[in-house]
Amino acid sequence: MPKDTGIGASTRRREDVRFLKGNGEYTDDITSYGQAVAIFARSTVAHGTINSIDISVAESMPGVLAVFTGADFADVGGNPAGWLINSRNGEPMKEPKRPVLAHGKVRHVGDAYAAVIAETEIQARNAVEAIEADITELPAIIDVKAALTGDNFVHDEIGTNQCFDWGWIEDNRAATDAAIKGAAHVTTLELVNNRLIPNAMEPRCSMATYKPSDGEYTLHTTSQNPHLTRLLISAFVMGIPENKLTVIAPDVGGGFGSKIYHYGEEALVLAAAKRVGRPVKWTSDRTEAFLTDAHGRDHVTKIELATDADGNFLAFRTETYANVGAYLSNFATATPTFLHGTLMAGNYTVPHVYVNVKGVFTNTAPVDAYRGAGRPEATYSLERVIDKCARELGKDPIALRRQNFIKPDQYPFTSAAGLEYDSGNYDALMDKMQEVADTAGFAARRAASEAKGMLRGFGVNAYIEACGIAPSNLVGVLGSRVGLYDAATVRVNATGNLSVMVGAHSHGQGHETVFPQVVSEMLGIDPASIDIVHGDTSKIPFGMGTYGSRSLAVCGSAVVRATEKIIAKAKKIAAHMLEASEADIEFKDGQFSVVGTNKSVSFGEVALKAYIPHNFPITEIEPGLEETAFYDPANFTYPSGAYCCEVEVDPETGKVRVDRFAAVDDFGNVMNPMIVTGQVHGGLGQGIGQALMEAARYNSEGQLESASYMDYAMPRAEDLPFYIVDHSQGTACTHNPLGVKGCGEAGAIGSPPTIVNAVIDALQSGGKNVTHIDMPLTPHRVWSAMNNA
Amino acid sequence: MYAFDIDRPKTIADAVAALATDEAQPLSGGQTLIPTLKARLAAPSRLVSLAGIAEMIGVSRQGADIRIGGATTHATVAAEVAASYPALAGLAARIGDPAVRNRGTIGGSLANNDPSACYPAAALASGATIVTNTREIPADDYFVGMFETALEEDEIVTAVTFPVPQKAHYEKFLQPASRFPMVAVFVAQFNDGVRVAVTGASNGGVFRWTEAEAALSANFSAEALNGLTVDGDDMISDLHGDGAYRAHLTKVMTARAVKAAK
Repeated sequence: MPKDTGIGASTRRREDVRFLKGNGEYTDDITSYGQAVAIFARSTVAHGTINSIDISVAESMPGVLAVFTGADFADVGGNPAGWLINSRNGEPMKEPKRPVLAHGKVRHVGDAYAAVIAETEIQARNAVEAIEADITELPAIIDVKAALTGDNFVHDEIGTNQCFDWGWIEDNRAATDAAIKGAAHVTTLELVNNRLIPNAMEPRCSMATYKPSDGEYTLHTTSQNPHLTRLLISAFVMGIPENKLTVIAPDVGGGFGSKIYHYGEEALVLAAAKRVGRPVKWTSDRTEAFLTDAHGRDHVTKIELATDADGNFLAFRTETYANVGAYLSNFATATPTFLHGTLMAGNYTVPHVYVNVKGVFTNTAPVDAYRGAGRPEATYSLERVIDKCARELGKDPIALRRQNFIKPDQYPFTSAAGLEYDSGNYDALMDKMQEVADTAGFAARRAASEAKGMLRGFGVNAYIEACGIAPSNLVGVLGSRVGLYDAATVRVNATGNLSVMVGAHSHGQGHETVFPQVVSEMLGIDPASIDIVHGDTSKIPFGMGTYGSRSLAVCGSAVVRATEKIIAKAKKIAAHMLEASEADIEFKDGQFSVVGTNKSVSFGEVALKAYIPHNFPITEIEPGLEETAFYDPANFTYPSGAYCCEVEVDPETGKVRVDRFAAVDDFGNVMNPMIVTGQVHGGLGQGIGQALMEAARYNSEGQLESASYMDYAMPRAEDLPFYIVDHSQGTACTHNPLGVKGCGEAGAIGSPPTIVNAVIDALQSGGKNVTHIDMPLTPHRVWSAMNNA
Repeated sequence: MYAFDIDRPKTIADAVAALATDEAQPLSGGQTLIPTLKARLAAPSRLVSLAGIAEMIGVSRQGADIRIGGATTHATVAAEVAASYPALAGLAARIGDPAVRNRGTIGGSLANNDPSACYPAAALASGATIVTNTREIPADDYFVGMFETALEEDEIVTAVTFPVPQKAHYEKFLQPASRFPMVAVFVAQFNDGVRVAVTGASNGGVFRWTEAEAALSANFSAEALNGLTVDGDDMISDLHGDGAYRAHLTKVMTARAVKAAK
């Protein structure tokens, strides 16, 4: 019988009770007495010189408390990039300042150049319209390749639009080139990984208060990582002492990466709260979200796969132009480099890999990590070129992949892109996928589709990704400017219930349910007596937050370590209470017993003793029962999977319908299968959205043409199939205490190439010689490709 | 949104009087106007709500025709004409989402004449009559161009009367983002011939595909369309498809509408 609590149980998400009843408390729900409103003046041109900004009329309008421009922040720091990338020639990347408000130039549509603080939203909006900005429009820099020629620069002070020109691994370049040159077969594919807009359900929102009596600031904000946001504001942007700034991320309605980063609006409301002496709130509207949330993906790539005559992979060589947008967002330089290039060996024993990535500034919104962050780009390039190769060689796409898979007895395996994979079994995943997806029945289903005039295609892919980015010592060498540990404090209260303070932030992941499952299993107590505290820097230890599918592998490991410390101390107390030697104390099912006797005390009795330390060995043990652990992983974790799908293409309209989708993932050990399945569902929805529907499209003037739901196509339930999800083939992570790998991004990583491979297969089955279509595979694009084939 | 005043008249006469004041603008279901106001793209100082005018709400028979009050919501139409004019009910039932269908009105849709709206196709293909506070306008004379109609300033669509065809169907191909029609075709077969109206496709708004009408009047089958082509030159070209694609879809959707007509 399945467990209903503890590790491995599909415990229902306790947080859903408040969300489904409308009792969640989001930043915009929090109103402070005397709160004023901030509204931003934003550029309507993609690129322009700010000649002057006249705020005199705006300042005198009804209800206006203050007007800020870039000049007010000229002396404060810039919002930094969190990762230093060195170019192939050894030079450090270009890091132009990212100011709180645009100063001197505006660099993308939506770039804020002024802000009004007023009593009401309408008054603030009226005053924004009265700001007279004299801006001379300049030609927009949009195309990443064209941006690297000419003398029109997003940032004039750096004299180039190239942020970096990175090689990975540069020492492998010559050998890779030689392998390709001498190969029996080379498959080449040029592709675009389409730019996406995260579209969290809750737009960004920030509310600041300032207490002049003691100089303390509090910032409520939509963040995935409140401590990181506080660190950036304190150490780099505003210089507010860390111990005078509390950052609180309450309930957050989805992030997908876009709420990792510190944004200028957060700094603005802090400065405004101090100047006007009132709480100040800014709430993004949906248009601002489209224009200013960090976008994702946006790679232009050429990839080559060299094989011998038998289809053994010899080399992958990639050249990518990665759009970083107008300013460097906090992880904009890490995402297209170390989170992408290091995965370019995939699941394969390929001996040679070389990746060149050029980061390019353009007059578009900043681009940064979005669900998957670099790994979807890597997987898409690899799994598309492998599929094309299979077609060119006349090989079955599953067989070609299996032929080149790393085998289970090869772990730990150092990939040609430099990572050490600790565990995996890709053939087992593929076996299970073929079973649950009934790939043997495809031919019959294809015949049935064709009988009704539809084209049916089968697509497959294998992916590997890297989660829980670490260890800090290594990433520091590679250019990271932060550590990548996490932290947890387990506080056993006197009455025996627990508060567990964690550095990870939950905004859909289910931490409030899963972390108690782990702790309750370890302590043998009711999970309902364990409460998770997160999101408030004044309550939680310094953790790095939630992204990169790291929460359980990194913060969960910290929870385990802290709980182990609790058990160790509790044993000492129990030994004293039982008048036994600590070595003779056994802890099981919430009871401390003396081995070989019937003497025992419960966990609750020990907790009470810790806080009412009468008859307590005070010289040997401190009172209280509270422990903190910081956990810095030894390596990434490496989830992997085998995905396949079947699509039907309507040859008359080009419309693609996903009929079946099977996702078989190795997430290591699974703490809550229901939540893991839900995470996979969400990731698949976003990946299928990328493959078929979503695209952020700028025109040549830098106007975002898809700046609303009228033109930015989001997937809906009717666009998605019922999924077959399986995670029975897990191989435990070898280096963290729970053996877990991470599941948050897998679906978004594995699904885009699966879909595109299937559509190409469908078109080929209809006699159309289409070898590639760039995402999203909209009806128009598919129809056009068929017509041009 | 900017501040505005609002009138809520109970009769057509009161509404007409209220609209005579400066800058007053009629508000029906608000499914276009309210988002426009929220985005500060319009700044009327006074709105006149048509939603509370009883004589403009509801569905009735008028001889062989169906009469639908101008302020009748899509949801009401979908329910009320399900038996009498299923193709029209099916169209109304698939406009937008439930919130839109329970607010948006037929009069508002026809007065706005969005080139991607559904109702104009039904009105034009059915040979409906647009009834206003001052006159009756045949659908063939009513739709002038994209967002343009024969309505005069302050003229209100009080009702629409639909002749009921022998067979009809509305076939819609969705624009992937907005879910408005990218191309949708309403085919209606009457005793005296077939009418085919196309929405979503043309820069000129809803239009009748007269070549298809002639072919289908002679032979009401999808095969009758073989050999016909639609000119893509004046078709809408945007992020979601170019004119040639919309022209192609016009024929595909017409054929499907004919096959499904009942």
